Amino acid sequence: MSSIVLIPLLPFLAFLIAGLFGRWLKERAHWVAVPAVGLSWVLSIAAFLEVAGGAPIHVTLYRWIGSGSLNVNISLYVDQLTAVMLLLVTTVSTLVHLYTVGYLHGDKGYARFFAYIALFTFSMLMLVMADNFLQLYVFWEAVGLCSYLLIAHWYERKSACNAATKAFVVNRIGDFGFGLGILLAFVTFGSLDYQTAFSAAPGHVGQAINLLAWAGGDWSVDVITLIALLLFVGAVGKSAQLPLHTWLPDAMEGPTPISALIHAATMVTAGVFLVARLNPIFNLSPVAMDVVAWTGAVTAIFAATIALTQNDIKRVVAYSTVSQLGYMMMACGVGAYAAGIFHLLTHGAFKALLFLGCGSVIHALSGEQDLRRMGGLKSAMPITYWTFLAGAIALSGIPPFAGFFSKDEILWQAFSAGGAGVALWGIGLVTAFLTAFYSFRLVFSIFHGRSRVSKEAAHHLHESPAVITIPLMVLAFLSLTAGWVGIPAEGLNAISPFLAPVLAAHEAAAPAEDHAMEYVLMLVSVAAAAGGIALAYLFYVRSPGLPARVAASAAGLYRLSFNKWYVDELYDAIIVRPTVALARGLWRGVDVLIIDGAVNGVGRVTQAWGAALRVMQSGQLQHYALFMALGAVLMVGLYLLG
Amino acid sequence: MNFSWIQLVAIAPEIVLTIGACALLLFDLVIPRDQKDKLGYFAVGILIVACYGSWKLANVEADVFFGMFTLDPYATYFKMLVYLAGALTILLSMTYLEIEKIHLGEYYGFVLLSTAGMMVMVSAGDLIMVYLGLELLSISLYTMAGFKRSESRSIEASAKYLILGSFSSAILLYGISILYGIAGTTNLKALGTFFAANPLDNPGLLVSMGFLVVGFGFKVAAVPFHMWTPDVYEGSPTPVTAFMSVAPKAASFAVFLRVFAEALGGLKPHWQPILVTVAVATMILGNVVAIVQTNIKRMLAYSSIAHAGYALIGIIVGGGLGTMSLMLYLMIYALMNLGAFGVVILLRKGGMRGEEISDFTGLAKKNPVAAVIMLIFMFSLAGIPPTAGFVAKFYLFMGAVEAGMVWLAVVGVLLSAVSAYYYLRVVMVMYMREPSGDFDLATSPATSLALVITTIAVLFLGLYPAPLIDATKAAILQIP
Repeated sequence: MSSIVLIPLLPFLAFLIAGLFGRWLKERAHWVAVPAVGLSWVLSIAAFLEVAGGAPIHVTLYRWIGSGSLNVNISLYVDQLTAVMLLLVTTVSTLVHLYTVGYLHGDKGYARFFAYIALFTFSMLMLVMADNFLQLYVFWEAVGLCSYLLIAHWYERKSACNAATKAFVVNRIGDFGFGLGILLAFVTFGSLDYQTAFSAAPGHVGQAINLLAWAGGDWSVDVITLIALLLFVGAVGKSAQLPLHTWLPDAMEGPTPISALIHAATMVTAGVFLVARLNPIFNLSPVAMDVVAWTGAVTAIFAATIALTQNDIKRVVAYSTVSQLGYMMMACGVGAYAAGIFHLLTHGAFKALLFLGCGSVIHALSGEQDLRRMGGLKSAMPITYWTFLAGAIALSGIPPFAGFFSKDEILWQAFSAGGAGVALWGIGLVTAFLTAFYSFRLVFSIFHGRSRVSKEAAHHLHESPAVITIPLMVLAFLSLTAGWVGIPAEGLNAISPFLAPVLAAHEAAAPAEDHAMEYVLMLVSVAAAAGGIALAYLFYVRSPGLPARVAASAAGLYRLSFNKWYVDELYDAIIVRPTVALARGLWRGVDVLIIDGAVNGVGRVTQAWGAALRVMQSGQLQHYALFMALGAVLMVGLYLLG
Repeated sequence: MNFSWIQLVAIAPEIVLTIGACALLLFDLVIPRDQKDKLGYFAVGILIVACYGSWKLANVEADVFFGMFTLDPYATYFKMLVYLAGALTILLSMTYLEIEKIHLGEYYGFVLLSTAGMMVMVSAGDLIMVYLGLELLSISLYTMAGFKRSESRSIEASAKYLILGSFSSAILLYGISILYGIAGTTNLKALGTFFAANPLDNPGLLVSMGFLVVGFGFKVAAVPFHMWTPDVYEGSPTPVTAFMSVAPKAASFAVFLRVFAEALGGLKPHWQPILVTVAVATMILGNVVAIVQTNIKRMLAYSSIAHAGYALIGIIVGGGLGTMSLMLYLMIYALMNLGAFGVVILLRKGGMRGEEISDFTGLAKKNPVAAVIMLIFMFSLAGIPPTAGFVAKFYLFMGAVEAGMVWLAVVGVLLSAVSAYYYLRVVMVMYMREPSGDFDLATSPATSLALVITTIAVLFLGLYPAPLIDATKAAILQIP
């Protein structure tokens, strides 16, 4: 058995130990979790090198269910795509584990936190290593569960509990579609195994399924498209795409390390990973591909506009995450899976960095998250400042930082797809401008200008300890360098060819060999980013009064953005309230009157039965014997009659 | 097929158990009152020796003593099951008997004797041997049920069990004699050959089959022959209840399947509808009546009736998949039910009887380990993954689906959902209610060992059932 078994197993053992013996471990819990995840990181590198050097690794641990047509194995499958995901997950997880040691020092849920975060790491690793739909689904749910548990880490806070519930419920909507998609895939392809399903899929192109057959109606839809769209619904929920994005910003109620690990670098990218992993199915359905691309593009620009005006620094970064996930989806939708995964990787580095940087600031300011009460922290927190700056540059897409290469790859791929792709490119470009603006709004508001920090917070102001700054520096280094594996020039782009065996390019995304055009577009997008930064500089450094004036003159737009386009209110009005009203109606009307009536009725009937049975179950031996004899007579009688 | 002394090797495990049981009765005279535990460990030792013997004979397939006794992997599988159940019961009994002040050596002797009876049953090659094993088992159980001599409930349980058991045995014997009258033999294989050659539609045959269903239905507690179960389960000492609810049930199912598949397999179209009716009635009655119980032993009694209904599906489906799923089910059921009764036994200490569901109130606050163990068993009995109970039910219902009886599987699944209500109610009172006082649990190394074994087995088989599934597949009853 190969050593890759240990990659998920070590975090799982850490979970068991920290979970079962947390009461005794207390403040020593990290001595279990950090080495386990660190070792798992080392093994991931080894696995990566092994895959890079040869064929995918496939280990079947055991058959969980084997019965007739339904066979489910628990397996570990590492191909090129999984290998890079393994690297991402274990790297960020290790750094976040380390960071947590400093960040949650003294928290009473310390051991519990490490137990859950180790469980999350295990589940995420199993998710990316799955070789069949059921294992994928199980761990898809497991990461959702961990996310729920960790958002509600400070469960005394009502807002944290609400956020956790919201995340769970919204994800359930996505998972419902996802589950249906898996069932339909099983029914259609006859197997839950990826490879079997992929090889069966082309045979079902053009096959239609009548959704109203049970009612005698006729509503035929293309079965491949339906499978792809249902699976995509799951991705929309997990990756916080429109219209199921609302849970992610609220999830910021969780401790910051969680935001960095789960809600930026890993779990939320599972949706993108899913689309990339299942690309042989998505490629067969142009309709589904368009839906993916446009969902991504609209989400990207939509979330970016919200990020412009938020005052909670973690929320700005959260909306930015939604926006960047939209970018990745858009890449997948135009068939540029490698570009999407490339952005997923670089984004994992710089977004984790930004979150951890926010955490460092929040930590230093004793829990302050509002950027109106920050400013001028540059001199007090130099390491946090410089690393945060690196993250912001990377996010804005300024070369030679990582975000530039991956984002530009996506924009170029969208543009070269032609037709509607140019529109997607336009949306992406505007988003890039907005992204640069809000990123530097954060940088300038937090670190530059006059200090607006409250007295008591200023008193405690300090640079964070080394366990916090070291992960920041490592991630800053990665934010600078991670993009260099994808430099868009002959012989320098390493990532696309590496992923090519898994992510066979969609014909729409066959790269047009027009480097001149590509470089022109590159200049345009850098210019957009630079423009955004310049505008942020004007607004927040040169003339700090300007934002308020602009907000006043465009009050309607400002309110729209500030109130997140009223999506939460909209959902509240059209879904939550009617649901609650319906529930109330059902409770008062149906439940109390009909169900309770029925239940009470059943209760009465049961009691009546009970009474009848009590007559039978009298304790009297003669009665028992009589009933047995009657039973025997009945049985023989049935035989003779039947 | 002549008699030779060498054939005694085939029944060596049974001989060991019987001699061991007699030895226990003798040792009891010389062991001081406060050291009766030693007898328990001695009995476990005897079971291990017998188990080793069966292990050695595992690959032997032979009919010995003129076809009276059949040695095959199918029988060996069930022998392993009853050894396990017997040993776990003994481990669970010691402290309980001490507390109830009924720590007598013959108890262990009866456990061994009833085990020997069950082994004769599962290895029976002839209806006479079926009956012989059944009586050896039953008579031991009658005594064990009445072991709390000072308590009227226990004596009542014993008396009821004795009289109703004799009644059912008489009916069974009547069925056997009619069968003999028709076919001229009581040998199972010969009966099978006879009915394959003469698929006759004799009213007498139908009567005899009906009587066999009554006899076996009584033993497995199927409706409408279940009425003794709640009273006997409630009144018997709890470890005896635990034992009765798993081992005799498993052995009876084993012989039920062997008789109906091997001897009466050719008549399946005739008996299948009747068994379907019985199974559905059993599942419904067991699950519905369990809901209103407040005594956990009675609740588990109705639960065991319901489980008999599920297990009947295995016989109805028959063939490789049906047999295999039944064998898997009975093993897993034995583990989880013994475990659940084990926790009930833990609660019996001092003034606390621990037999009401309300006695579990707030257990999680005071003793989280015991509560979590009970939770695992309740989840498993309800069939919730990733516990073994899920795997067990999955294969049974899957078998029904593959046999084209989808509706039967649907009924089973729906009633499993009903069963979640009363199992989870135990979990609810343990976790969601505040305890009224402290719990003083009757823990001892022996009980802890039994609970650890069952808990780990239930979780392990839920996550990794392959070894047990392979074992059942290798031991499927071969019908010629």
